[in-house]
Amino acid sequence: MLEEIEDRGGPRQALLDIKGLKKHFPVSGGMLGKKQVVRAVDGVDFGVAKGETLGIVGESGCGKSTTARLLMHLIAPDAGSIVYDGTPIGRDLSLRELRRRMQMVFQDSYASLNPRLTIEDSIAFGPKVHGVPDAKARELARDLLGRVGLKPETFANRYPHELSGGQRQRVNIARALALKPRIVILDEAVSALDKSVEAQVLNLLIDLKRDFGLTYIFISHDLNVVRYVSDRVLVMYLGEVVEIGPVDEMWTNPRHPYTAALLASMPTLDPDRRTTQAPLAGDPPNPIDPPPGCRFHTRCPHAEPVCASTRPSLADAAPNHAVACLMHAANSGHSKAGTMLEAS
Amino acid sequence: MAIATEPLREIAIVEKRRGYWGTVGRRLVRDPVSMICAGILLLIFLSAIFAPWLGLADPFRGSMITRLRPFGTEGHPLGTDELGRDMLSRLIYGGRLSLLIGILPVFNAFVIGTILGVIAGYNGGWANSAIMRTIDVFYAFPSVLLAIAISGALGAGVLNSIVSLTIVFIPPIARVAESVTTSVRNLDFVDAARASGASALTIMRVHVMGNVLGPIFVYATSLISVSMILAAGLSFLGLGTRPPQPEWGLMLNTLRTAIYVDPWLAALPGVMIFAVSIGFNLLSDGLRSAMDIRN
Repeated sequence: MLEEIEDRGGPRQALLDIKGLKKHFPVSGGMLGKKQVVRAVDGVDFGVAKGETLGIVGESGCGKSTTARLLMHLIAPDAGSIVYDGTPIGRDLSLRELRRRMQMVFQDSYASLNPRLTIEDSIAFGPKVHGVPDAKARELARDLLGRVGLKPETFANRYPHELSGGQRQRVNIARALALKPRIVILDEAVSALDKSVEAQVLNLLIDLKRDFGLTYIFISHDLNVVRYVSDRVLVMYLGEVVEIGPVDEMWTNPRHPYTAALLASMPTLDPDRRTTQAPLAGDPPNPIDPPPGCRFHTRCPHAEPVCASTRPSLADAAPNHAVACLMHAANSGHSKAGTMLEAS
Repeated sequence: MAIATEPLREIAIVEKRRGYWGTVGRRLVRDPVSMICAGILLLIFLSAIFAPWLGLADPFRGSMITRLRPFGTEGHPLGTDELGRDMLSRLIYGGRLSLLIGILPVFNAFVIGTILGVIAGYNGGWANSAIMRTIDVFYAFPSVLLAIAISGALGAGVLNSIVSLTIVFIPPIARVAESVTTSVRNLDFVDAARASGASALTIMRVHVMGNVLGPIFVYATSLISVSMILAAGLSFLGLGTRPPQPEWGLMLNTLRTAIYVDPWLAALPGVMIFAVSIGFNLLSDGLRSAMDIRN
């Protein structure tokens, strides 16, 4: 059987510590064209604490999913280091061992299950790869089916097309848990589900997190859902982290103008708070040729000339809350520099 | 009192564990077209294998006075050919070589082409370029010309024509295999399998093969008839089978001269090639839809 993964550094050591993670995808500009790259993820730093749920939000194309795939090493990062519980990945921790500790649930519940394998076979595949005998792996698969709320005797021998979207996503969650990981990356895992099913699966995820002592990285574009499940939230814009902090603080007092705009774009049921004007105009700039300086300055209501030339770095604006904005950096040259802290 | 509120689906029949191929087999048996084709093919195969024990006339003994007799002649139910040899006997004996020369090259090419195509499609990058560009070199020649060139270089004979036809069929099968694999490898379940730490070989075996074999197989069976015709062409040039060996392609060629005398007789070997190839085609089509368990 798969043994439990031991904790090494104690509860205060970050489970994941990511530094300078980078991935540029080449785009061919024809045979004689200039070599160009899409800066999908461009120097991302963050940590994931043991037992927390870290939400990652941002517009489409901001690099959320690429970050997830980089963490799993489904695509190779161009640069950056990932330290797992004090152990750098590569030398001391093989990819195979990392993947035992970190699993992922994908958005498309149908495409992420092999249509030719039964549910039981799909879940048992991972443990079998790691040397669990067939019978034991099946036993584990059936046990996990029960844990995600699907009766094993009814579902074990079914094929993915015979299940509903919600049921399939439960199977995907069971498959991710089959290797007894410590971290589960949920890449838009509930986004494609009906609202009622989404709520059920979210509650299942919360229960499983408690029962198995998991840590989640929860990627979503749905801010309500992120607020519901997350302890901390990371906001991405054009391949960079613009703000990271505790969810409640972020919602009541967003520091970065982009975070503020994102939160303002959430539809509200309160008629007095309805907005008619879009808080953010236009599309994000092309990641092939991102704007110089602060990448958000082209859409930012507080932008000043300095924003187009100086690139802000992620710095603590409050305890446990970091922002990459010149308005929050003292002596940055921005007219509001330093004033934002007092305003809050 | 507790009332059973469990919905109906909860007491759905607990199906016996059957496995994927068991399910496919059961679905195939239920398809009448596939079963008819399988029956016809089985008949042709068995009669070819057991030809010497069927009490047929000698396929080599001709008679100049009984040349090109029509159907229903006494002692020759399907008539006689241009040298007076019994057609029924020659058609059944001819199946031995024709089936061998039609199926074996395609089967060999199916195995080799699938392996090459799946490796190229799954790995992408330079492995893909190396394999597919090499294959394109063979693709550049017309298939007949390539078969003649290889056969000519290796020398005449049935074995050599099987080798040359195998080489002719590898490129198209590898191409189909590569394109199907490329579309499967981008699906999330392959990523999920990689994320579970499985090796490339395990992923190809468990997750890719099952999803690509169907379309490749259907395409390969369509090549069986082409293989028989190409083999006939080689025989015509003296590179494959030699007269008086009965072989459908060769018979089609030699009976060509009799087409104005008795067109029905001349068409008989063609009917056999047609029956075998359409049989394989429909059977593989049935197999493909049986493998597509979503329906």
